[in-house]
Amino acid sequence: MTRATLVRMVGAMLALTVVISVVMLQFDWNGVAGSTEADEIDLLLDVMIVLSSFVYSIVLVMLGYSIWRYRAKPGDESDGEPIHGNTKLEIAWTMIPTVIVLTAAAYSWVILDRIEAREPDRLQVDVTAQQFAWRFEYPDQQVTSTELHVPVDRQVEFSMQALDVIHSFWVPEWRMKKDVVPGLTTHITATPDREGNYSVVCTELCGIGHATMRAPVVVETQEEFDAWIAEQEGEEGAGGAGGPAGEAGGAAEEPSEEAAAGEQIFTESGCSGCHTLAAAGSTADIGPDLDEVLAQRTPDEIEQSIVDPDSQLSPGFGAGIMPDTFSDSLDEEQLKALVAYLTDSTAGTK
Amino acid sequence: MAAALRTPGQPRALLGALLGGAFGFGLVVALRAISGLPIFDTDPTDYPHIVVPAVTAPLGYLVGLGCFDYWFRWAAGAPTVPDDHSQHGAHSWRDYFKFNTDHKVIGIQYVVTSFFFFFVGGAIAMVMRAELAQPGTQIVDPGVFNGLFSTHAALMIFVFVIPVFAGLANYVLPLMIGAPDMAFPRLNGLSFWMLPIAGVLFLTSFLVPGGAFDAGWTGYAPLSTGAPLGQSFFNLGVQFAGASSVATALNFLVTIITMRAPGMNFWRLPLLVWANLSTSLLVVAATPFIAGVQFMVLFDRALDTNFFQPDAGGDVISYQHIFWFYSHPAVYIMMLPGFGIISEVISTHSRKPIFGYRLMALALIGIVVLSYTVWAHHMFVSGMFSWLRVPMMITTLLIAVPTGIKVFSWLGTLFGSVMHLYSTAMLFSLGFIVTFTIGGISGVMLGMVPIDIHVSDTYFIVAHIHFVLFGGSVFTIFAGVYHWFPKMTGRMYDERLGRVHFWLTTVGMLGSFIPMHWIGMEGMPRRVADYSAQFGDWNLIISCFAFLLGAAQLIFLYNMIVSWRFGPRAPGNPWRAKTIEWQVSSPPPIFNFPDIPRVVGGPYEFGVPGAKHAIMPGDEEGADVKQPEPTVAGSAT
Repeated sequence: MTRATLVRMVGAMLALTVVISVVMLQFDWNGVAGSTEADEIDLLLDVMIVLSSFVYSIVLVMLGYSIWRYRAKPGDESDGEPIHGNTKLEIAWTMIPTVIVLTAAAYSWVILDRIEAREPDRLQVDVTAQQFAWRFEYPDQQVTSTELHVPVDRQVEFSMQALDVIHSFWVPEWRMKKDVVPGLTTHITATPDREGNYSVVCTELCGIGHATMRAPVVVETQEEFDAWIAEQEGEEGAGGAGGPAGEAGGAAEEPSEEAAAGEQIFTESGCSGCHTLAAAGSTADIGPDLDEVLAQRTPDEIEQSIVDPDSQLSPGFGAGIMPDTFSDSLDEEQLKALVAYLTDSTAGTK
Repeated sequence: MAAALRTPGQPRALLGALLGGAFGFGLVVALRAISGLPIFDTDPTDYPHIVVPAVTAPLGYLVGLGCFDYWFRWAAGAPTVPDDHSQHGAHSWRDYFKFNTDHKVIGIQYVVTSFFFFFVGGAIAMVMRAELAQPGTQIVDPGVFNGLFSTHAALMIFVFVIPVFAGLANYVLPLMIGAPDMAFPRLNGLSFWMLPIAGVLFLTSFLVPGGAFDAGWTGYAPLSTGAPLGQSFFNLGVQFAGASSVATALNFLVTIITMRAPGMNFWRLPLLVWANLSTSLLVVAATPFIAGVQFMVLFDRALDTNFFQPDAGGDVISYQHIFWFYSHPAVYIMMLPGFGIISEVISTHSRKPIFGYRLMALALIGIVVLSYTVWAHHMFVSGMFSWLRVPMMITTLLIAVPTGIKVFSWLGTLFGSVMHLYSTAMLFSLGFIVTFTIGGISGVMLGMVPIDIHVSDTYFIVAHIHFVLFGGSVFTIFAGVYHWFPKMTGRMYDERLGRVHFWLTTVGMLGSFIPMHWIGMEGMPRRVADYSAQFGDWNLIISCFAFLLGAAQLIFLYNMIVSWRFGPRAPGNPWRAKTIEWQVSSPPPIFNFPDIPRVVGGPYEFGVPGAKHAIMPGDEEGADVKQPEPTVAGSAT
């Protein structure tokens, strides 16, 4: 190969690198960036795009040149040049990539440290995942919700637990993800810096409802967030649901009071993730339509089906689909409220 | 009829399966009756009266087929003939359905069986793409969909890619090193027959209560420990596939180390042999880990052990560590033999010695060593001990170096070559370089923890694994099948159809898997039957290309079947290659060589005047190679 050919090839590699990089950098591959971590990760991605374009250009130019230059004519039965190798070149294409990947590794490590740095005043949110629903508790504010509300520009630490199988917490716009593992508490931080509505997406296969296991995320100003917290506190006080239900024991005798608490349990426990129930406005079809199947059942049968779902299967639905963890996750009081709510809201549809 | 049930063969094998199954069933019923347990009423994870026969029936099948006849006779002290060749070689197509000890028959059995599962797995992929063409669920419900992608992956990995490489190597490797057969021919026959059992177990799971296993091919606990009966069929299928590949790997190791022809030192081995040596080192040490971990899941399910039950002190994350300690090396088990094929094909069809042969061999060994140190890069977001991530990121990125050496060396080989582009095998090799490099680059990106945090478990991963397993492994498999088709069948294939197959496959492959990168990065998780409407257009495009990809494989199927039956007779060495398998007739005679060849030089001495790789028996004075009449391969008469 002449010196002029070599120069032309290197020129072609660099030109192709520029073309591929410039085209590839026109797109926001990761979509909307909604956190400070997202900016760091997107920057790393851009660096990798340029580096990869260079490597791929070398391969394409060498391959393209060989195909163009050394293609055999029909009937050509000659052999190529008997070149067995070139030690200097081989050392070069061992050492240069080694240096490149080690540099890239060091840079990734720096980025990793930056995106995982903890701020002292971060907001704590406890996340509970179960088939097929998310629940968010704000331990400092004593609030529980199935929607994730966070203030903008403040780091949030999520401490996560799973009740049944492995799930994975991911908000694509924040770029941060961590598995939620039964038997462990896993942690992840994110610093949302863009107001808007997003989704928590479960990315670890968790069963039949995996594709639809999502929760709404609202990133809002501190004032809006405070207002939302206050509103939630108000609701919990009035409804007497969840933990405080026992204190409002007298009022819980009233069926409608109990049913109101039951409605909240229905959404918070993830029932609406799988079942259709007109009264709760849910339309999911992973499990049986409760308006249909519960109309024929007594409260005792309904309770039985919640704690031991496989004891009586509805046609078209196999065993093992519904989690059998509700006898653990709901206490006696909550279970009673839920049964009362289901009985009330499906009785009319008989 | 009675005679057929006494001699080894399919009738006796079916009887054996029936007896084995009945024995297992009877055992469970009897033991449960004695223990006072309800006999048939069990948890959805248990079903011992189905799981135990699912073990004993296959074993009965293998005994009935005759895999153990010789060993049983020997163990019982009955007279045996050490060089009994009654089960060696094939004289009609029926012999391919029997227990055989000829590495060439076993090689074809392997390749044909694994391609059968390739087409079944591919059909499953077509159903999935039909479902995914639109958001929402239309064709299959989410539960069935979970079973489909799990089975698709299990079939493609355990009973297509891994064994088809073992099959190709089974055929050509002993020939390449100048050996009359593998070191342990009876073990070789047994290895093969465990393979269809694994595939049948995976597929049978569709018929059992609760449907096919649906926890993914990764079968993460505790989703798998609580899944219905089908999961047990996955646990058991992996045992048979795993035992098969461990036995084959041992066979390759012993064959390569002890049965090389005189003069065949390690620096004269063709790179396919180096590749299978490296792969076998991975298989023997890593595969026991997946076998063990699937038994642990099976025991958690059926015997209520607590390996992965968090409520009872089990550790969920440890499943992933054991699983990936096998399954990361497994991606190299699925790639290194392909590297070997590409080296053979590129050198032969571009008429040039491999550039940097020794570094190519050392790079394989480098990959073997490094591949044991990277498993946790599958677990960057798993919640494992976070310190482990950075060391594993560094080793993961370093493994790109030996892989890069291989790509650069192939490109160096092409430089100054005489490239025969009309050869389908060559086209697939060049296509492999283009597509596999993309998979390698996305692999480096995935190795970087911050990027992996964002894209892990998304369609980006689906894109990456299909670029390395389809653009990588499957392209090399096609290159190898086209390259050695004349040798294995004694017939030439239709190059024109081969080229059509190549171009449609490449277009279908790029169209299917490139857009998956960006829908993943934008937020589409993997393993979902339903997805957010914003990804609808891209998924429709992906599905269309996937159907093109599927249809292209039918051209391949047609070409192979028709060429095998009606193709023109293949000469001994249609590609004018230097390695030993091409110096004998196509197909080779029953024990490969009338006398062992003598190796006198490197395997790729193209363009070196007077250079020779091996001196064949009867070839001492440059006379024409005289070989006994070839045996019949398949329907080649």
